[in-house]
Amino acid sequence: MPEQTIPPAHEQGLLARIRRSIQRGPLPPEDDRGRMKMVLDSLILHIHPPKVSRPALKLSYTFGLGGLLILLSAILAVTGVLLLFVYTPSPDAAYQSMIALQTEIPYGNLIRNLHHWSGNLMVVVGVLHLLRVFYTAGFTRPREFNWVMGVGLLLLIVAANFTGYLLPWDQLAYWAVTVGTSLLDYLPVIGEPLTRLLLGGSEVGAATLTNFYGMHIALIPLGIFALVSFHIWRVRKDTITVPREIGQDADTEKVTTMPHLVSIEFIYALVWLALLITWSAFINAPLESAADPAHSPNPAKAAWYFMGFQELLLHFHPLFGAIIIPGLGLASLLLIPYLDQDMETIGVWFRSTQGRTLSRFSFLLGMAATFGFVWLDEVWLDFPGWLPFLPSALSNGWIPLAFLLLALIGYFELLKKSGARNCEARQALFTLLLASFITLTFIGIFMRGEGMSLILPWS
Amino acid sequence: MTEKKVSRKDFMNIIWGAAGAAAAAELTLVGLRFLSPRSGEGEFGGTFNLGDFNQFPTGSVTPVEAGRFYLVRMEDGGFLAVYRRCTHLGCAVPFDQASRQFVCPCHGSEFTMDGDVLNQPAPRPLDLFELTITDNGEIVVDTRNSIERDEASPAQIIYA
Repeated sequence: MPEQTIPPAHEQGLLARIRRSIQRGPLPPEDDRGRMKMVLDSLILHIHPPKVSRPALKLSYTFGLGGLLILLSAILAVTGVLLLFVYTPSPDAAYQSMIALQTEIPYGNLIRNLHHWSGNLMVVVGVLHLLRVFYTAGFTRPREFNWVMGVGLLLLIVAANFTGYLLPWDQLAYWAVTVGTSLLDYLPVIGEPLTRLLLGGSEVGAATLTNFYGMHIALIPLGIFALVSFHIWRVRKDTITVPREIGQDADTEKVTTMPHLVSIEFIYALVWLALLITWSAFINAPLESAADPAHSPNPAKAAWYFMGFQELLLHFHPLFGAIIIPGLGLASLLLIPYLDQDMETIGVWFRSTQGRTLSRFSFLLGMAATFGFVWLDEVWLDFPGWLPFLPSALSNGWIPLAFLLLALIGYFELLKKSGARNCEARQALFTLLLASFITLTFIGIFMRGEGMSLILPWS
Repeated sequence: MTEKKVSRKDFMNIIWGAAGAAAAAELTLVGLRFLSPRSGEGEFGGTFNLGDFNQFPTGSVTPVEAGRFYLVRMEDGGFLAVYRRCTHLGCAVPFDQASRQFVCPCHGSEFTMDGDVLNQPAPRPLDLFELTITDNGEIVVDTRNSIERDEASPAQIIYA
């Protein structure tokens, strides 16, 4: 194929020469080779490979969740920078900035709402992205470490959300951060100095606001940017998994990224942007009265993504509810790709028909069991009361945890006895715990009333 | 024992590696010290001089808003500086004059006047601040560090 001939510079007009100096190579490219070259040569597009798998383009495989996270980061960066220009991070002025956004500043509410809802949506989409990768075995060799980085990114997203939660300096912010950082206090040895360092003192105050502001606008975004660059680079190098039906080989057909993937991304981003702007135009981010350190609201709840942990804390000794159980959960999450190397099921949703059935069953079981245990704990279960001679870390920590672990191991062995493969049984166990955590979060958000008593969600 | 030989190259690698680790440690320490909490006198995190102890009647609980603690004078005349922060999850605990108890609005923990746990989920009694009574009878409370205690005991009560 002949290279496109470019006329000598002096034969072009000035405007054409300026345009040519911005875009390397001919625009638009005329053939597949030109399109691939364009992707390779472009700073922004080169995060994609020149060609991608056609079946992996199907929205029902990836749901565009990774891309949506990038879009949300971009919206957060733009709206965040705008908010920087009106926000003052001091206890006296922060809440005034919120009032100014609501009353004086043109589109102030819209920008704050966009920032708020995009940030919260990012936690949800981050979890969904993790689940998509999990249930299509997208973490198997050579992608194990990218899974680990993804988990790290999810933690950073939560950290970004949590630090941003304090900035409006209203009652909601103040007490959610007080309760949230108090969870950290239960870490043995390092808990107290770490909390002091984060808060800049022993309570949430002016120093906390400065600290959280610095973390929210600089430290965490830089961390996310660095890690996400690495994450995407690995996706680019390792390529994404190819979807396939059970019992069939993967379709190896490839198409050029430009325009097949790029156009999908563009439309997808535009649709989400429209949805988010519409939502933010009508639904306001919450703002309560200004923070009052002397008066806690009843009930005082942590940020919604921590409600599962706060709920755990109602049932376990603090060391277990806040540290050991979440720690075990995180450790297992990081170990998943190193334990599971079943390469035959990559790209198959839920591994197999049996895997699908077991996952569905485990999800329902996890939900039912969690509701059951929470209710039992409310009306009957009382290890500290039955065993008053034992320290509470034993009676309300090790003993119930041992029962739980035994039940989980029993369930795993039962699944394998009934013919489930290792990876299917592990997936079922993961699903059970996921359902349990979702249920705890639901109970914490909707079913805890005054004094944290159990209530029905509609009362 | 055979002597393990370290080549010149290995030796230099170890020295440079150690220097790098030392630099990283120093900078981390500088950063942490730079970010460590500050506090001044007369505001929370500093010391409070509350004046003559005789002005507080026995069996009274006086909130010191700026210091975020309660000055408790027991029936027998002894003093305690009780930190307002609930030991469960950090909410501000108000004193209920009617029941003579501290009742946490967040998760329902209840404490006696000297901060002992009456009702869970609080895992331990309310924290204390160091309280001293000077030679001329002035009460000084140091709010720099709260004192955690596993049990409330009469030994913690300060007498003039």
